[in-house]
Amino acid sequence: MTPERIRIARQFIAAIPHARALAMRVESIGPGTAEISMPWDARLVGDPRTGVIAGGAVSALMDTCGGAAVMSHPEAPQGTATLDLRIDYMSPATPGQRIRARAEVYHLTRSVAFVRATATDDDPARPVATATGAFTVERGA
Amino acid sequence: MRLQPEPVQAVKERRDRALAALVGGVPYIAFLGLRFDRRGDELTATLPFDERLIGNPILPALHGGVTAAFLEVAALVELSWSMLWEAMESGRLDAATLTPETLPRLPKTIDFTVDFLRTGLPRDAYARARVNRSGRRYASVQVEAWQDNRARLFAQATGHFLMPDTAPARD
Repeated sequence: MTPERIRIARQFIAAIPHARALAMRVESIGPGTAEISMPWDARLVGDPRTGVIAGGAVSALMDTCGGAAVMSHPEAPQGTATLDLRIDYMSPATPGQRIRARAEVYHLTRSVAFVRATATDDDPARPVATATGAFTVERGA
Repeated sequence: MRLQPEPVQAVKERRDRALAALVGGVPYIAFLGLRFDRRGDELTATLPFDERLIGNPILPALHGGVTAAFLEVAALVELSWSMLWEAMESGRLDAATLTPETLPRLPKTIDFTVDFLRTGLPRDAYARARVNRSGRRYASVQVEAWQDNRARLFAQATGHFLMPDTAPARD
């Protein structure tokens, strides 16, 4: 990971208002991979009795991370948008802990990026959620 | 002697109170700024546009994650509401004493698949969900979202949910 690449990725994420609203942080960027984390926040709780963060907030993290992985692919798309995203919620995220998402582009065609992502809390052996998605690949004119 | 029908205002108040207890108890619903409008048992979710919901500042467009979250919350609330409605209308649950603390537990999302059909424009969005199947343990819910035109969906989704243990048996 070059410092330049992570600087660009951080700028890219910082320019997204909703990523800022969720206080997302770029942890690492590689060729076609991205790792982004998000702190636990009482405002994001989906089940008030358990304090577990809403699935929707985890979706937003997974979607952002997937998009960042596409943008960091060596073939450098000019832009990307989500075509579809499927999230499997494996276990509740522990209240108070950061959630880390790691996404990779496992296949790229001229027009489509196929992405897999996993989210974990402090226990890396027990995924909170996994996701698969198809993203558009916008080519420059 | 014939029983007098319940005054319409009392019926409305009871139903609105139950919906408010359901929606008001979830911090993330307030975070997104979601509202739920009710006509009889039919709910429409509204996501009022806000700058914080933007995912692409250049277009600008709603964040795909916000769209996914909006649909998931709309599906979850519809499913909970359908359980609550039945319990309330059958008299098993007293809406007068209902608070976020005494509500039946919420279902848990097992999986959720979102189909992004069009760019989410920087304006209000609406969603309606339909419970396609609701068993003792599992439910399948479908949800559609649109902005300016009801017939031009900008996203649709399907999700599976694990029902809370206290759910009434229906099959």
